[in-house]
Amino acid sequence: MIGLEHYLTVAATLFVIGIFGLFLNRKNVIILLMSIELMLLAVNINFVAFSHFLNDLVGQVFTLFVLTVAAAEAAIGLAILVCFFRNRGTIAVEDVNVMKG
Amino acid sequence: METTILFAPLVGALICGFGWKLIGEQAAMWVATGLLFLAALLSWIVFLTFDGVTEHIQIMRWIESGTLSTDWGIRMDRLTAIMLIVITTVSSLVHLYSFGYMAHDENFREGESYRPRFFAYLSFFTFTMLMLVTADNLVQMFFGWEGVGVASYLLIGFYYRKPSANAAAIKAFVVNRVGDFGFLLGIFGLFFLTDSIRLDDIFAAAPELADTTLTFLWSEWNAANLLAFLLFIGAMGKSAQLFLHTWLPDAMEGPTPVSALIHAATMVTAGVFLVCRMSPLMEFAPQAMAFVTVIGASTAFFAATVGLVQTDIKRVIAYSTCSQLGYMFVAAGVGMYSAAMFHLLTHAFFKALLFLGAGSVIHAMHHEQDMTNYGGLRTKIPYTFWAMMIGTLAITGVGIPLTHIGFAGFLSKDAIIESAFGGGSMYGFWLLVAAAAMTSFYSWRLMFLTFYGTPRGDKHTHEHAHESPMTMLVPLGVLSAGAVLAGMIWYNSFFGHAEDVGEFYGIPMVEMSEAGEGHAEGAEDSAADEGAHGSDDGHGDEGGGHHGPAFGGTPGEGALYMAPDNHVLEAAHDAPKWVKVSPFVAMLGGLLMALWFYVWNPSMPATFAANQKPLYLFLKNKWYFDEIYNVIFVKPAKAIGRFLWKRGDGGVIDGTLNGVAMGIIPFLTRLAGRAQSGYIFTYAFAMVIGIAVFITWMTMSGGAN
Repeated sequence: MIGLEHYLTVAATLFVIGIFGLFLNRKNVIILLMSIELMLLAVNINFVAFSHFLNDLVGQVFTLFVLTVAAAEAAIGLAILVCFFRNRGTIAVEDVNVMKG
Repeated sequence: METTILFAPLVGALICGFGWKLIGEQAAMWVATGLLFLAALLSWIVFLTFDGVTEHIQIMRWIESGTLSTDWGIRMDRLTAIMLIVITTVSSLVHLYSFGYMAHDENFREGESYRPRFFAYLSFFTFTMLMLVTADNLVQMFFGWEGVGVASYLLIGFYYRKPSANAAAIKAFVVNRVGDFGFLLGIFGLFFLTDSIRLDDIFAAAPELADTTLTFLWSEWNAANLLAFLLFIGAMGKSAQLFLHTWLPDAMEGPTPVSALIHAATMVTAGVFLVCRMSPLMEFAPQAMAFVTVIGASTAFFAATVGLVQTDIKRVIAYSTCSQLGYMFVAAGVGMYSAAMFHLLTHAFFKALLFLGAGSVIHAMHHEQDMTNYGGLRTKIPYTFWAMMIGTLAITGVGIPLTHIGFAGFLSKDAIIESAFGGGSMYGFWLLVAAAAMTSFYSWRLMFLTFYGTPRGDKHTHEHAHESPMTMLVPLGVLSAGAVLAGMIWYNSFFGHAEDVGEFYGIPMVEMSEAGEGHAEGAEDSAADEGAHGSDDGHGDEGGGHHGPAFGGTPGEGALYMAPDNHVLEAAHDAPKWVKVSPFVAMLGGLLMALWFYVWNPSMPATFAANQKPLYLFLKNKWYFDEIYNVIFVKPAKAIGRFLWKRGDGGVIDGTLNGVAMGIIPFLTRLAGRAQSGYIFTYAFAMVIGIAVFITWMTMSGGAN
């Protein structure tokens, strides 16, 4: 029987993969966006798993909201990327250091 | 009326000081002078119509803080009345005199406006001095005390382009602070013990204070003695008594009218006034009184010796002032306050006269102040000569011995010397007689060097010597009249029979023959009964010596308080004939010496100085007080100052700031700068680590629980 723990384990694994994707990746900004999506999905799995476990639909409703927001965020992120590429001619993470103090 | 007297000079000072651009220089000066003359007129009306009963006039509520509750008020009694006429009269005359004296001044550039400022300072000084003498409580008196200090500072340093004037101003201010510290401690002590700073409360508590002990500087003191002593320290500073006198001769750097007003007639007598004002306290402080006498006599003697050899005309008179103040303190010290006030009054007239006369001479000689460059000025400036002559006759004490006819100084100085004898202070008596001889010598020396003999110094200056304008001569004339008449008019009031003095000061009288216990009982009677009782007795028993009426009343009743065992007045009147004649003989001796040295044998001073070189140098250098103070106080203070400046301020404080600003902060900045790589993944990493640490901490510590 697949229980709550399995779902949570998968979610945690996904989340950690997302995190490592965030700061180990030195190449491509698009991978950053994908990592963020991965973390959001991990959170969604948690929501759904707990929703089923607690018999409370609110968690699943929330998941739908998160999906919507994630879609919007991806759209905006890609738009920023396009602008950025136009200006700088690159989307390599290592070149994005305008905020250096 | 008293309020008008008090505030007229302030209004004058404000209008003159701030409004002269609006109303013009001349108008501003006339406003200030006019208001001063108004105050003087009113003061004389107050003085002449005053009945001797103490009045309190409240101006406003002033301080309410805990048990310290005090009004800003005028205490109107005979002491105040005397000081009022002295201050406003001399001040108004000096204002008038300044029109002539300050008309041109090479210390200021062409077209520079300095006269309204001068007049404003003078009026301001007058206001603060009036505040001092009308004070109803000690804090108000202290306000006036400091106010005159400020005015004195401003006026000594009036020629602000002269470094010596600035130095003198600072010296005067700093030396006075030493005295003021004592005065302040005295006020604190009185408030500590009596829980009030009102003079009435303090006077009433005076007998109690005599039985109280106070711990001060790790030892026990009699409260009355200690507090009287501390107050006298303040008086020493202001009145330039020995050890705190060094500022007064230097203060002569100020314009001459200032010297006449502040450093001769009024401000420097504030110390004498303070001692007389605190007479109820002083009467219970025998040791402090003895100290006052010794300091006064020593100062009178010391200053007179220094005055013998000075050549600057103003410095001679300055030392003379110092010496005469010593006389007043001796009188106050032996308990004869009214004699001190008598000399204060007459001295104000003749010393202001001498100073203004000296100013007239200086004016005539184009600001030459060295007497060795004068000579033969008698015919060039006859009016000034006669004024100075009257002043000299007054200060040396010319009169007919054993009568009450003579110049002002004759009567008041004799009164003091007899009081010193009567008070049993032989030290004071002999030093004062010696000082009287020297006073006569240096005063006549000044006259002979200035007005007699052949002209010395710059020939051109002598040819152009001219008599001063009327604005300067009128004050000289008025003061001359005062110097001649003041003594004879008021002799009885100040130093006559006990009942005259008692009536003048509003002191209740008791019958002397009751003796001992009678006084103690009398002192406890109610004021009204006693006053009526006393005055009846006074009429009944006019000619009595020892058995006449004596001073009674409780402390604080009347302007002065004389303890029942204070018989100095009778003792002074009963002094032997040789005592009464001695100051006159001393005066003649001084005159003959001066004649011999400066008229009959003019080469004598030089030979004498050469023969007695160590003595001459000792006196010429003012007993080396300045040099000693320089080594003991000034040099160490400067060394400490330099150490704190270079090491303390420069090394520690600036060093710390520089170290922090130029070392530590940039270091931290570099560290913080390195943390900001600009790469998103570093920030993300920091965020994740932060969240991880945060969650771990929450988990370990149990979260909200």
